[in-house]
Amino acid sequence: MNSKSLSAILLIFLLGALAAVFVYPADFTGGFANKVLPWRLGLDLIGGSELIYEVEMSGVEAGDRDSVMAGLRDVIERRVNLFGVSEPNVVVSKGGNVYRLVIELAGVRDIGEAIKLIGETPFLFFSEVEFPKDKSSEEAKTQDLKYKRTELTGRYVKKAQMVFNQVGNQPQISLEFNDKGAELFEAITARNVGKPLAIFLDNNLISAPVVQEKISGGRAQITGQFTIPEAKQLVERFNAGALPAPIELVNQQTIGASLGQDSLQKMIWAGIYGTLAVIVFMVLYYRGLGLFAAIALLIYIFLTLAAFKLFGVTMSLAGIAGFILSIGMAVDANILIFERTKEELKRGLSKMGAIDKGFERAWTSIRDSNFTTIITALILFYLTSSFVRGFALTLLIGVLVSMFTAITVTRNLLKAWIS
Amino acid sequence: MDIIKYKYFFIGFSSVLTLLAIVSMLVFGFRPGIDFAGGAFWQIEFANPVSLSALNEVFQKEGLDNILVREAASQQFSIRMKEINENEHQALLAVLREKFGSAEELSFSSIGPAIGLELRNRALLAFLLVLAGISLYVAFAFRKVSQPVSSWKYGLITLVTLFHDALIPTGVFALLGYFRGAELDTNFIVAILVVMGFSVHDTIVVFDRIRENLLISKNKKDLDGVINASVNQTFARSVNTSLTLVLVLTALYFFGADSLRYFTLLILLGTVIGTYSSIFVASPLLTFFTRR
Repeated sequence: MNSKSLSAILLIFLLGALAAVFVYPADFTGGFANKVLPWRLGLDLIGGSELIYEVEMSGVEAGDRDSVMAGLRDVIERRVNLFGVSEPNVVVSKGGNVYRLVIELAGVRDIGEAIKLIGETPFLFFSEVEFPKDKSSEEAKTQDLKYKRTELTGRYVKKAQMVFNQVGNQPQISLEFNDKGAELFEAITARNVGKPLAIFLDNNLISAPVVQEKISGGRAQITGQFTIPEAKQLVERFNAGALPAPIELVNQQTIGASLGQDSLQKMIWAGIYGTLAVIVFMVLYYRGLGLFAAIALLIYIFLTLAAFKLFGVTMSLAGIAGFILSIGMAVDANILIFERTKEELKRGLSKMGAIDKGFERAWTSIRDSNFTTIITALILFYLTSSFVRGFALTLLIGVLVSMFTAITVTRNLLKAWIS
Repeated sequence: MDIIKYKYFFIGFSSVLTLLAIVSMLVFGFRPGIDFAGGAFWQIEFANPVSLSALNEVFQKEGLDNILVREAASQQFSIRMKEINENEHQALLAVLREKFGSAEELSFSSIGPAIGLELRNRALLAFLLVLAGISLYVAFAFRKVSQPVSSWKYGLITLVTLFHDALIPTGVFALLGYFRGAELDTNFIVAILVVMGFSVHDTIVVFDRIRENLLISKNKKDLDGVINASVNQTFARSVNTSLTLVLVLTALYFFGADSLRYFTLLILLGTVIGTYSSIFVASPLLTFFTRR
């Protein structure tokens, strides 16, 4: 055995062993590897909830929408943090005119409570009131009124406070706007002196006080029929951030923690049994050569898992399925090579020569045989979302890595063994 | 093994299977999953024994018709119904807990019809793109002119076997939908696309060898002999590469997560049928096709 191939083998085994330690989930290294970099598991494995909210953007100007989405995302992230979720994931997704927020909550026990907390965030806006032309403001009835939403919404609220009305000792909410909000408020009040200004909270008309004069300084009072706890709660929510646009829950997927853990266990065992079956088959059918393929397969498994972990691929149920599928495909390259080697041996080549020819000739078949899978995985990756996407990604990475390991690893092992 | 000798048997067998698959699809149809049609899917495990009929009764009383309740395991039920919002969901859960005692929600998903439509369109687009990608690949793989069988015939037969391999599992799936409640969802589309990918590469491997052998063979007239020899040469590798896949899929089917069962079964079926068809259908079709 020459020193070059020896060092190649040592390197392969060292990498494989390192990867194995790195990906091992349990505590035999004292959980060291997991402290350095933990596995990222999908909600369907650890339990949790994926919520998709559609954002009602009709009241927001086109140019403003992206900043509204960013604000919305921040507010919801803060609220979710308040709920004590570890690593909440709030993502904005935009397709055409549809704006959505995808919220991933891992390990939440009471998802109903969390949904309440997100959904009930107060949505506040101010509306100008238009009177029908033929009637004066005194004659107009409530149903004749038209409300014209202004730009001033809860997103401009800097601070909220509960105060008490001096007369009836009624709780009121005092709002302080930020600079932009103050500007808007000043302009709106200036336009509406002598007219009512309607205040909507969660699409309900709370009050419509008549504007006495232009108000600068950015302070407003909301007088409504609040009880003290109601007012308190509203103030808390305003301070955590009011939603800049209304949202609606359109999709929910919740997986209980026990089902998730059960699935994870099952998938790990299915993977182990599948791998063992493949190894047994390879060794029985190809004997010595099969042993090398088996070693290459194990190294493939550890390296690929290490790659998943290193690049932070989220392992979902479908993702693990894709990986297990790739285990079945990883030895394909070896089979193609070995079958070709057998043919070359029949033609009277030496063992070494036949193996070399086998590797050489099999390459185009290996490339071609993985090509359709790569096409399919790529298209699926770009066109699907969440759970299915994991399948496409792990299958893709798996196929790519296997093309490398099945050839390089097996070849080096075989060469070293024969020489 | 003389495959060409029995070609009428294999082609006949496949035709019957394909026909049965189509009939199954027409007769049984498909149940759209919640990710395509919108709706809710709920898995609950009760601490105490609960009967299916008692559970159904409660849902009836709550005014939920068109609801499908199945007993997945003892005290464990899966419920498929129309889309419900979070308030309705919580209210329903409270009713169930009041009636049957402690209950754990294993999973709950509710998908609105708008998202369903979007997912369906995306799945359809993925399907068409994969079909287009595969067709392009087939055209590319058989781009070189060849004699005595022209290239487009290889390509056409590859696509014919592709449909054969996709249709049969789909027919079985329609059957499963009718008798077992399997639903046509994104997972189904993904499984069929994966099967299509496998099918094509299996066929191409065999055809490649046939073409190669036709080029070097001295007796160009003996098409049957060359095809037979080629199929036999690639037999071991075709079967073995699929067998390793079948092994892991079988493990996944029996030991893997329940929610992936139909998905795994479809790919498993497709792999077996794809391997069979590349050996026993595609190659005989080639002789059939070129007979004068």
